[in-house]
Amino acid sequence: MTGIALHGVTVAYGGRTAVQGVSGRFAPGSLTAVAGPNGAGKSTLMKAVAGVLAVTAGRIDRGGLLARHLGILPQAAETDRSFPISVGDAVLLGAWAHMGALRGAGAAAGRVRDALQAVGLAGMEGRPVGALSAGQVQRVLFARLLVQDAPVILLDEPFNAIDARTTADLLALLHGWHAEGRTVVAVLHDLDQVRAVFPDTLLLAREVVAWGPTAAVLTPGNLARARDMAAAWEAA
Amino acid sequence: MTAYDALVGPFVEFGFMRRALVACLALGAGSGPVGVLLLLRRMSLVGDAMSHAVLPGAAAGFLLGGLSLPWMGAGGMVAGLLVAGLSGLVSRTTALREDASFAGFYLTSLAAGVLIVSLRGSSIDLLHVLFGTILAIDDAALFLVAGIASVTLLVLAAVYRPLVAECFDPGFLRAVGGRGSLYHLLFLGLVVMNLVAGFQALGTLMAVGLMMLPAAAARLWAATLPGLAAVAAGIAAASGYAGLVLSFHLGTASGPSIVLAASLCLGVSILFGRGGMLRRSR
Repeated sequence: MTGIALHGVTVAYGGRTAVQGVSGRFAPGSLTAVAGPNGAGKSTLMKAVAGVLAVTAGRIDRGGLLARHLGILPQAAETDRSFPISVGDAVLLGAWAHMGALRGAGAAAGRVRDALQAVGLAGMEGRPVGALSAGQVQRVLFARLLVQDAPVILLDEPFNAIDARTTADLLALLHGWHAEGRTVVAVLHDLDQVRAVFPDTLLLAREVVAWGPTAAVLTPGNLARARDMAAAWEAA
Repeated sequence: MTAYDALVGPFVEFGFMRRALVACLALGAGSGPVGVLLLLRRMSLVGDAMSHAVLPGAAAGFLLGGLSLPWMGAGGMVAGLLVAGLSGLVSRTTALREDASFAGFYLTSLAAGVLIVSLRGSSIDLLHVLFGTILAIDDAALFLVAGIASVTLLVLAAVYRPLVAECFDPGFLRAVGGRGSLYHLLFLGLVVMNLVAGFQALGTLMAVGLMMLPAAAARLWAATLPGLAAVAAGIAAASGYAGLVLSFHLGTASGPSIVLAASLCLGVSILFGRGGMLRRSR
């Protein structure tokens, strides 16, 4: 079981501090939502945990896990859906840690079929990703996470602009990961969804507003405080 | 005149036509796939800018070694890589975006290149540098063009997976530890190499022609990356052949004839290709 501990994490890039002094812990096996106003640094924090952005100050303790072995779902806007890649190949990229640029995929290749089955796209290996709907593309990326088979999984706005049926199916997968004891962290906008599904929440507004059990974090007082902080940096 | 005389005769009769044809086939094999990746990475205009960026280096090579592809190629390669590196650096460290810094560098390069050629050469030389001399291609140049095509295909095969991953989902590749920017630079290197190869045939102004036109046309026929690369290479080779035959019979300049043949392929593809205008309206 692997958790992630943050010690005074500050991330600045482009001359701007996006995340300031964040300390706390995603406990092993926890299911945590990261919420907060636009520009709160949610994606930045995810990228720092994933090792994509360097921390300016502080430290991230991944419990002995290499950053590149974390499961990751980048924001949908970062993927080029018109790129002519097949569904099977897109999912197989989840085996990158085993195959890198040149080696064969080995046993991971056999997991592609099962992963597609699990996300409800059985037998669609040969389809081009460009021919899929937004919801189906998100299913493909979840299948890639299944192939990655990581003990810690980070998702950046996984249900943004995704239809209700797909969201329900993918939430079920996420619950499955939680039940298997994996540590799951997801950036989310829909607070009703957070309240309904996520036991823990980190409310972020460049710094930590509150972090703990969802009911204790998403209080009217905390949300108002996060909004005020956002208004303050927008005015600055 | 029989069809054989028209379509095959010039290549049987004249050695320079055979060499030109081989150069075009090799050029297509390398430039076609590179063009497809440029297109998919939404870097079509970067290819255009790079083709101008190689000019001052080529011109410096021309001053040192005369009208020889190895000299001009080496100079062009250095200048192209320098501009690619510099504009990447400028866009990462300043508020200028990559396309804007490319535009700045390539205009500077174009002006500097023409200036350097005009220092020493005649206006005929300048025309050769700008528009190519495929009918005068010699053994050394032919080996260079074929060598570049071979290296391009081998390198593309070796970095195929990370290039695909970087195009499709760069954020994911970075997160799993793939060094996307390394492959990006390697790819820009391939672009410059192929522009240098294209240069003898089409000149610096149109070297990008056999790269982008076949790639754009292929997008209207093929749906997979290997398919796109094969179709683009085929169209580039066919355009080279058609352009040479036309220029032979009509007495037109070879470089523009080849590029216009590729344009014709694009036009036909736009009308009749999968997802083209006439298919879509049905």
